[in-house]
Amino acid sequence: MQDPETERNAARRRWMGILARASGAEIAGRLAAAPALPAHRRLRGPETGLVMARGRQGGDGAPFNLGEVTVTRCSVCLEDGRIGHAYVAGRDARQAELAAVLDAALQDPARQPALLAAVVEPLATFQAARAAKDAARAAATRVQFFTMATMR
Amino acid sequence: MYVAVKGGERAIEAAHAWLAEERRGDPALPELSVEQIGQQLGLAVDRVMAEGACFDRGLAALAIKQARGDLIEAAFLLRAYRTTLPRFGASLPLDTGAMRIRRRVSATYKDLPGGQVLGPTFDYTHRLLDFALACDRPGSPDPGRESQAPGLTAAEGNAPPSAPEAPAKAAAMPRVTSILAQEGLMQPETPGEAEPPDLTREPLSFPADRPVRLQALARGDEGFLLGLGYSTQRGYGNAHPFVGEIRMGEVAVEIEPPELGFPIEIGEITVTECQMVNQFAGSKTEPAQFTRGYGLTFGHGERKAMAMALVDRSLRAAELGEEATAPAQSEEFVLYHCDNVEATGFVEHLKLPHYVDFQSELEKIRQMRATALREAAE
Repeated sequence: MQDPETERNAARRRWMGILARASGAEIAGRLAAAPALPAHRRLRGPETGLVMARGRQGGDGAPFNLGEVTVTRCSVCLEDGRIGHAYVAGRDARQAELAAVLDAALQDPARQPALLAAVVEPLATFQAARAAKDAARAAATRVQFFTMATMR
Repeated sequence: MYVAVKGGERAIEAAHAWLAEERRGDPALPELSVEQIGQQLGLAVDRVMAEGACFDRGLAALAIKQARGDLIEAAFLLRAYRTTLPRFGASLPLDTGAMRIRRRVSATYKDLPGGQVLGPTFDYTHRLLDFALACDRPGSPDPGRESQAPGLTAAEGNAPPSAPEAPAKAAAMPRVTSILAQEGLMQPETPGEAEPPDLTREPLSFPADRPVRLQALARGDEGFLLGLGYSTQRGYGNAHPFVGEIRMGEVAVEIEPPELGFPIEIGEITVTECQMVNQFAGSKTEPAQFTRGYGLTFGHGERKAMAMALVDRSLRAAELGEEATAPAQSEEFVLYHCDNVEATGFVEHLKLPHYVDFQSELEKIRQMRATALREAAE
């Protein structure tokens, strides 16, 4: 049994990851069918900057700097004082702000179930389907070796 | 003597106006959109992101459009743009072992766990020009033609049939290097979580550690590294490499923002990784075993990843106690010259006015000739 904070962080980590992979337009599309988001105040951003992506030498050794990735971040505050954060790869300011507001709203136990059902889960399903399609196309290019019998 | 040179402004303005027109080409043809470049010239975008050392497909595509397809110029534009952005931090090291694989091949094991997955590759194509791609097709804009096939829009006009799909097993794809490591035949990488030095913050100094070398190679020019890698195969440096594995696909980028205190995913990026397996005869302290050359690059850049892995391994000569005689084994030679933006700057600066410098050379040559003539006459 994990402690409640670890569990809360794991849930939050999951929705933040899903929102980071969705475009602003995709999130907005899902919000149309969701309960209205609460009013928010911007604490920071949305602003675009860079994160240095690191690799590991040999794939599993000490880290090295591979190159930077553009990232947009946003932090917001709801009227009830809940704070939401978003860091999303790319330069989609709308995505970052929506993700931050959703992060704050999702921390509210009263709002969480409806927002998970209307926004997060459909996006997760869509993303999983997209990944599954890539995996299926990759699987079709997997070589099926067969051994030739030597003919004399 | 310094002579202030003025008076080029109008010529420069006219040159830039002409450049803009040349960039656009014939206005009767539709303009390329950044999205089209991102989608249809995707490998050019990947190369610009790798050499511009900045992962952003949209920015790289814009740079290619603005640079008229000059990819080094585009990398330069991207590098210049990145200097205007603040740094939010560094990611956790990418876990390429957990990659969503689109391609994965090994030249050392036929039947390895996860198998040989070809992915979208040029390998096994016949390299015959496909004139079908040049044909007028329904949907391709052609002002000379009266009408298109009815009901067919440009968007669906040229789509090839969709690629086949097969049931995907959720089987893990272990790295080939870890298969060898299990037998103790692969030299393990030095573990450690030390903060790696960053070339974008501190200039190169020598001897350079492997993390610095890998960063320089990752942003280095593909052509330069390809030539150097090739030279190691041809005998300039003592390489006997096998492609242990090449993998390409999507990896999650994670950061740990201080305000959260736990790591979050910020999205996925496409990378290509190459593990070159090289023989190592052993030394007084180490038994004979295989060693790695490592390549990792943004986007789908297999040639680059392979070249990087070859050069990474050859730069390990000193560390492994091997004789270092070839250009690809000299870290100063490789690292000082592999960056195409730097190299462009120094080569192309020769175009700038050197009128006064040259004047002094001219005088000197004239003087030497006059002296020689006078001496011959005496």
